[in-house]
Amino acid sequence: MAARRDWTPTDLAALSVESATVVPQSSAWSRVRASWSVRIGGLVLVILVAIALLAPWLGTVDPSLFDPASRDLLPGKQGEITTLEGETLKHTFWMGSDSFGRDIYSRVIYGTQVSLVVGVATALLALTFGIVLGLCSGYLRWLDGPLMRVMDGVMAIPAILIAIALVALWRGSLLTVVVAIAVPEIPRVTRLVRSLVLSIREEPYVEAAISLGTPTWRIMVRHILPNCVAPLVVQGTFICASGILVEAILSFLGVGLPPDIPTWGNVMAEGRAQFNEYPHNIFFPGVFLAVTVLAVNILGDGLRDTLDPKMAKRV
Amino acid sequence: MSDAAGPVLDVRHLTIGLPPGGERATAVQNVSFSVGRGEIVCLVGESGSGKSVIAHSVMGLLPQALPVRGGQILLQGEDITHAPVYRLRELRATRMSMIFQEPMTALNPVMTCGDQIDEVLREHTQLSAAQRRAKVLDIVREVLLPEPQRIVASYPHQLSGGQRQRIMIAMALVLEPVLLIADEPTTALDVTTQAQILKLVLQLQARHGTGVLFITHDFGVVAELAHRVAVLRLGDLVEVGSKHEVLQQPRHDYTRMLIGAVPTLKLQQRTVDATAPLVLRTQRLNKTYFGGGWFGKRRSVHAAQDVNLEIRRGQTLGIVGESGSGKSTVARCIVRLVDPTGGQVLLGHDDIAMMPSHRLRPLRKRVQIVFQDPYRSLNPRRTIGEALIEGPVNYGLSRLDALERAKKLLAMVRMDAGAMERYPHQFSGGQRQRLCIARALMMEPELLIADEAVSALDVSVQAQVLKLLEEIRERLNLAMLFITHDLRVASQVCDQLAVMSQGRVVEYGPAHQVFGAPQHEYTRALFAAAPGRDFAFGASAAPA
Repeated sequence: MAARRDWTPTDLAALSVESATVVPQSSAWSRVRASWSVRIGGLVLVILVAIALLAPWLGTVDPSLFDPASRDLLPGKQGEITTLEGETLKHTFWMGSDSFGRDIYSRVIYGTQVSLVVGVATALLALTFGIVLGLCSGYLRWLDGPLMRVMDGVMAIPAILIAIALVALWRGSLLTVVVAIAVPEIPRVTRLVRSLVLSIREEPYVEAAISLGTPTWRIMVRHILPNCVAPLVVQGTFICASGILVEAILSFLGVGLPPDIPTWGNVMAEGRAQFNEYPHNIFFPGVFLAVTVLAVNILGDGLRDTLDPKMAKRV
Repeated sequence: MSDAAGPVLDVRHLTIGLPPGGERATAVQNVSFSVGRGEIVCLVGESGSGKSVIAHSVMGLLPQALPVRGGQILLQGEDITHAPVYRLRELRATRMSMIFQEPMTALNPVMTCGDQIDEVLREHTQLSAAQRRAKVLDIVREVLLPEPQRIVASYPHQLSGGQRQRIMIAMALVLEPVLLIADEPTTALDVTTQAQILKLVLQLQARHGTGVLFITHDFGVVAELAHRVAVLRLGDLVEVGSKHEVLQQPRHDYTRMLIGAVPTLKLQQRTVDATAPLVLRTQRLNKTYFGGGWFGKRRSVHAAQDVNLEIRRGQTLGIVGESGSGKSTVARCIVRLVDPTGGQVLLGHDDIAMMPSHRLRPLRKRVQIVFQDPYRSLNPRRTIGEALIEGPVNYGLSRLDALERAKKLLAMVRMDAGAMERYPHQFSGGQRQRLCIARALMMEPELLIADEAVSALDVSVQAQVLKLLEEIRERLNLAMLFITHDLRVASQVCDQLAVMSQGRVVEYGPAHQVFGAPQHEYTRALFAAAPGRDFAFGASAAPA
């Protein structure tokens, strides 16, 4: 059968118009790299990670060592410290010492390890559970009601209270603290993922996948999840920052990690009693905490602005 | 300052820059045209031609990223190209006004329509509250809105799309500006509503002697409205002239191509084999949506009621209707993207209307659908190759064989095989729509549904995609269900035509019958509303 219209004179001209309208787009990665927030936040974090990894070689001593002769030294003072073998070493206390004679500098530097691990682990744990639960409740409608009511229930309990209860139940260990901080974050991630899924599931490309006979789980994993990544990366950084902060709060309250483990919160808790005479006991870990949380938040802001402009307007 | 004899708007050698790194350096270059008192000038062009940029530059609404690099914009002789903000504010609404494409977003949802018109008067006049009130009611009456008192007290969401656009026009004209800029004001409206709005613009413009700069991509609208026409192509003004000059003796190749690509309303007659096997039959297909529940009153909407359709192999059934008529619901029921509430959908001998999903799955590949929005139909995070082979791989074809088939189909839709490695954002709308068609064909379906598949495309691209669909149907002997709101498009491709209104098929028969002698009142209204219906476009205007 013949074509119904004679299109030929126009086809070529039209094609040239069409190909001219292709818009080159800069990739997300190049936009991320160009963002100053990402650069600054990222740089500070890289330095902190380096500090955490290189802690033993940064002029530190074992953070649990103490010497009664070197109690309450001011920053920069020389003193002595006794190793586990009973050897006494000369040591400069760059950030002073606490009321047990422990080196605050070493404790703060080693504390970086704990803080970063807690932050990253919390974010990963909360994201993993949040993504699975959010995908299920957003895409499988029958699961939505029951699951979200449970989440509402979890959200109704203050986060610190859940953390205190969990630590009281299982004793303070790194794992307990991470779980205790992550659990209250899970409903928030779940809600975010659910709301993303609810809008993405209506996209024509998801409907196309349905009509192509793609199984439900594959639609969730291949079509919906990849399109949630940008907001989740951003959310992850914010959880990381709040995780670091909450860990310090828990340690400060004495319900986090045991006092012998050097964390910024523990150092500050011990310095609290002598805050009037020796403010440096709280000052140095406080500065590290503030800088870390600020860096993570700046990084998160930068990522949000570049990866997820829609959310940037909303928040 | 004001120059009664000269043109209302005079644009001279206007050049507007684009942000660096784009595909071209300027949005428009060296554009000159004028709008006289009481004259309607249509600015026509495809997407990306810069027509909206010009409109916004006149109103002083350009974003910082688009600086005016040269030329002048004269409003009644006054140079407003670089006018300060306060001067522009004085001029807006009093001497120049603009109406936009989407009246819902252009109106403030938390203010009553009356207050929004009143705000214009409060800002620009010293009238008392009572005088303003009287003036608001006058203008609402003038744009022919029923029950002005009620309309004035209504919020935008309580009005229909056409009524909202009338409110926008009332706001724009209440201070009798000399220039009205209309930026695609009827594109989001149904064809019958569009006809009424166009009529209203014509009436008001004649009564007040307003100069109108009307921006559109639709040559039907141009034929209906324009005194003079200016054609833009990628920021260049290629042709200006009177309506008859431009539409009937276009000088520039591009204009000729554009006008040639407008589908004619003349039916393309084709012999149809009435004995070809039936591919799809729906019987009393029903879809009712339920809203409310729990605490609110339970409401039900009959999106489709007793729809009976038949499509035979190698034939195209068109469903035409306005928005909300239920045409897309029918398509989605047939693909089972939504579950029908009643009736039968017979695919060959299988009734898939109520089939549970595990039994439906093997049948899904027999019906495939192409959607309206090419920008959202492809997953932005997957390559074209992955998108194409997804379906066949789901049904057990090996990746290698699927890739082989994908290459063949890309050739069939005139795309390069290199497309497979690329991501959707690297393609234009028309190219994406071809890719969507290829993806649907990968399943070797018996029935291809095109749900407004060409509606979002520019007219020249639309012509190519229509031609492609036609070709494919002939080559593969497919049955096609073609859903559109555009009668011109329907007249080009359909053998059978079903006209839907409010969930019901009001007229159904061979296309030549429906077009030639429409029986139902609604069908006749729909045809009467098609813009530019008396104007010969297409082949007749194309070069001999």
